[in-house]
Amino acid sequence: MTKLEYLKESPSQTAGPYVHIGCTPNFIGNTGIFKEDLGARMVNPQTKGQRITIKGRVFDGTGTPLKDAMLEIWQADSEGLFNSPSETRGEADPNFTGWGRQPVNLESGEFCFETVKPGSVPFPDGRTQAPHINFWIVARGINIGLNTRMYFPEEDEANAVDPVLGRIEHRMRVSTLIAKQSGDTYTFDIYIQGENETVFFDI
Amino acid sequence: MSKPTTNAGPFFPRDRNWHPPALSPNYKTSVLRSPQKALLSLGNTISETTGPVFGHNILGELDHDLVQNYAKPGESAQGERIIVHGHVLDEEARPVPNALVEVWQANAGGRYRHKKDGYLAPLDPNFGGCGRVITDENGYYAFRTVRPGPYPWPNGVNDWRPSHIHFSLFGSGFAQRLITQMYFEGDPHIPLCPIVRTINDPAAIEMLVAKLDMNHCVPMDARAYRFDIVLRGRRSTMFENRMEGN
Repeated sequence: MTKLEYLKESPSQTAGPYVHIGCTPNFIGNTGIFKEDLGARMVNPQTKGQRITIKGRVFDGTGTPLKDAMLEIWQADSEGLFNSPSETRGEADPNFTGWGRQPVNLESGEFCFETVKPGSVPFPDGRTQAPHINFWIVARGINIGLNTRMYFPEEDEANAVDPVLGRIEHRMRVSTLIAKQSGDTYTFDIYIQGENETVFFDI
Repeated sequence: MSKPTTNAGPFFPRDRNWHPPALSPNYKTSVLRSPQKALLSLGNTISETTGPVFGHNILGELDHDLVQNYAKPGESAQGERIIVHGHVLDEEARPVPNALVEVWQANAGGRYRHKKDGYLAPLDPNFGGCGRVITDENGYYAFRTVRPGPYPWPNGVNDWRPSHIHFSLFGSGFAQRLITQMYFEGDPHIPLCPIVRTINDPAAIEMLVAKLDMNHCVPMDARAYRFDIVLRGRRSTMFENRMEGN
């Protein structure tokens, strides 16, 4: 009799309201332990590609912005390559980390990432995914981190054939994943509940 | 330039019944912070199978020592000195090397060094409450700290958190990203805690309870707790490539 002896994943627990102590200590004034908060800078002057700013807030079921959330983003570089050992297609831009981490402002609830617009990346079946950025959101009251994606409004054609957006059964919900553009600044508001609940993924 | 492909495939699906559900009404804050629509299940694409991996060069000399990393010269944090150590493994029991492990916690009196924590227990001037380590080639990590105190929190009128240390983990792909908490063997608050009890399966809760490990104590200095962590397993890309050809 063959037995499957897989381990179980460690179960998630909420990040709680004090996630900053461990993840962004300098942001709350706990300086002198880590030189800088990890993920605070994604780009440097040598980074290739179009500089963009992504702003937004995370809203609870009453429409109140969360003041204690932390977001992480993960994305390809401007050529569509990931700065990761698991990237097997080539070398990503060494001046772009692809990974960012920002707490929301403790008063306004706003987050802000300075990054570059990502290139397209392939879907496993060979189709092309529209440019997108993966988001991961944790906070007090969130028992397991929420995964979603941000897409770009000027990429109408690519978005229309994107294999992930294409999986969304209720088409009116596609718009919850598409940021609003104003020049090089994109606004991506995330709604945890309610009429405009953002599409979250089980990845 | 090609890179190793031995473990770059999709991750095993997450067991959402093993993890706490998003909505757990006894943990009141979850009520308005839980998605109400079904998650959209998405097989991993390269956006999920890749992820940031950090080098040991990000670490400072005392990042692994919370007893000292905020202390004035010649002083140290107050409380029970402990070493927390263990392995980070994947679901196939393979070690996860180069995994960044970030930890944060309250001090020995149960107070966090955070501007939003108003608990009346005092701050310890020599304790910051944060640290980080990266697992070695065998997936092993260790750090030194003091045992955090339990503290009351506004949920029920008399809810107390068990002593706990928050853990944030990176594996090799963004889909492995995990935040959890470590509890201490024998703490009577564990079964009473509404946050612990967001997890339904007692066997899952047990995974978060560190064990007193007398073999790794440092005599006359610190006791040791053993805490192994399991991240999602993943398939090889080689097999995936063959499947794509079919």
